[in-house]
Amino acid sequence: MVLESLWTVKELFVYPNEYIYWAIQIVMYPFMTGLVAGAFVLSSLYHLFGIKPLKEIARFALVFSFALLMVAPLPLLLHLAQPQRSLYVGLTPHFTSAIAAFGVVLFVYGSVVAAEIWFLFRKHLVKISIELKSKTNKSPAEKIKYVVHTILTLGAMDVSDASLKLDAKAIKVLAGVGVPIACFLHGYAGFIFGSVKANALWMTPLMPVIFIMSAIVSGVALCMLIYIIIMGMKKFVASRKNDHAALSTLKQMNSEEISTVQTSVKYLIFFMIFSISLELLDLVFRGYTAVKSWDILRNVIYGTDFINIFLLQYLMGNLVPFILLLLPGLKIRRLIPALLLVLFGIFMMRWNVVIGGQSFSLTFSGYMDYQLPIIPRGLETFKEGLGGALLIAALPFIFFWILNKIFPVLQTKEPD
Amino acid sequence: MLFKGLDGIFRPPDVLAWTSPRRFVFLVDTYKCIGCGFCVKACKLENEIPFDAGVSRTWVERYVVNGEGEVFADTPKEARYGFTTGRIDLGRGKFKDIPAEEIKKAYFVPKLCNQCEKPSCVQVCPVGATYQNADGVVLVDRKWCIGCGYCIMACPYGMRFFHPVHRVADKCNFCYHRINQGLPPACVQACPTGARLIGNIKDPGDPVEKIIRTQQVAVHKPEYGTNPQIYYIGLGEEVR
Repeated sequence: MVLESLWTVKELFVYPNEYIYWAIQIVMYPFMTGLVAGAFVLSSLYHLFGIKPLKEIARFALVFSFALLMVAPLPLLLHLAQPQRSLYVGLTPHFTSAIAAFGVVLFVYGSVVAAEIWFLFRKHLVKISIELKSKTNKSPAEKIKYVVHTILTLGAMDVSDASLKLDAKAIKVLAGVGVPIACFLHGYAGFIFGSVKANALWMTPLMPVIFIMSAIVSGVALCMLIYIIIMGMKKFVASRKNDHAALSTLKQMNSEEISTVQTSVKYLIFFMIFSISLELLDLVFRGYTAVKSWDILRNVIYGTDFINIFLLQYLMGNLVPFILLLLPGLKIRRLIPALLLVLFGIFMMRWNVVIGGQSFSLTFSGYMDYQLPIIPRGLETFKEGLGGALLIAALPFIFFWILNKIFPVLQTKEPD
Repeated sequence: MLFKGLDGIFRPPDVLAWTSPRRFVFLVDTYKCIGCGFCVKACKLENEIPFDAGVSRTWVERYVVNGEGEVFADTPKEARYGFTTGRIDLGRGKFKDIPAEEIKKAYFVPKLCNQCEKPSCVQVCPVGATYQNADGVVLVDRKWCIGCGYCIMACPYGMRFFHPVHRVADKCNFCYHRINQGLPPACVQACPTGARLIGNIKDPGDPVEKIIRTQQVAVHKPEYGTNPQIYYIGLGEEVR
């Protein structure tokens, strides 16, 4: 039997070759690129528009966006039946295909983010490089640190005021250029689905816009969540030390964190309203126009996928966190479940698009049920199963941990 | 009009197709199909598609309409063994018996790649591993396909699949290795009733060309704008 038959169950009249070909990794792909785009947009709110309370989270979001970006192509790579040929997309790109330019877009975007991070942390890199250069008896770790930091300065050791002003200008320009590219990166993911005319659920010009809005929601939510967790950990460490300096830092952290979080929540709610409105518009439009495919789509939306769409996505992932965020007297304790639910809602939205779009047959007379492989029976079922998805979800945190060693974010004492 | 004209002149595949004396098309006469499944069997043998893999380059569908206008359709195991029972396969191991006296209309419909004039599978291939040749046949380069599955998603007819052994996109190509040498495709040769015919629409003396030009024929799912090139005689409105 074909591999896809391991997770596809067919019902009623389905063409013989139809299976769930785009499985969990293709759910992870828009989810991860969405987080990339969202994290970048959040960081740009400070760097481009100068929204001061977002200063701390902005620096973190930018570096985290880069960590996410490094993972973004991996779901596609894991999905390919011939991953060793992935570079052919660069060798013979066939530009009538919506995915042919993915590498180009990702590379351009990656370059912009990397450049912005470099300008943001250049002063820090130079400082470490000079400090370690003058130090005698360097430990092996310090030697490596010195080499890495010196290379990353790219020889630009000038940290005069004029030079730093120029850096700030460059950051602003890159943030400005980066926002449309980030939106393009994810709008592009939406276009990959929205342009498939054979798929009645996917084909809508709204798809790229829906994807961009939900991307921003997910990116902002994840950055806030990680920011809160890291600040919590820092506070815990500071309170354990129990000295004066640490306690005063703790106080400073608290006031900064609350101000950052309150401002972020406002933007999160704003983008959530946009995202949900667009999704509902799409649903209402489909029902009202009721073209040929509506009969089967209605059965999928209100029948087979009802729990996934209405209970898990709209109720648990949208309405409940929306209420939690809007209730007066917002507390961090309430914010954490709200943000987790927002992320879950966006994941379910990706799931309902990717899997939902394949849960009905091209015959419009049959259904396909997707059964996610939980226990892998081999490499393929690991890649296209729960294990592969968790691996993709975990990797950005590992990359971020490494990046954080070089570009320390969330340090309250770090100058502009 | 001018732009369309220029586009037609300067696109290399169009120039190639314009210079070729052949454009292969297919003619299916549903009145003649008896659902024996020989075509499916022959195709699998000829093109080395594992017999029981659950995928096929061609298949036969059965449509049954009862007195209340309900339509039942199935293609049990791609009809590789033919239709050996009157029960309709509902999937998940379920079947439905429809008493003979309730059946108002029943017929078989062979399906194979439409070798569309504007193939959406070719449009979406990110590496150009699938392409339309000068004779209008859409082919797959097994050595270049990266296995992304975008072409499978893009085909409105569900013709494409991942080859169970080679793990690259696969599809019917009218047995191009045969027709290129003047032989009929395996399914055409195996069909005992002449329900399947191949022809060259550019050849005015071709009998298939004559039927398509002079008789009432229809194509499947024209609404997708792919301009399919399989012409059906007796294509019922129930056909999915």
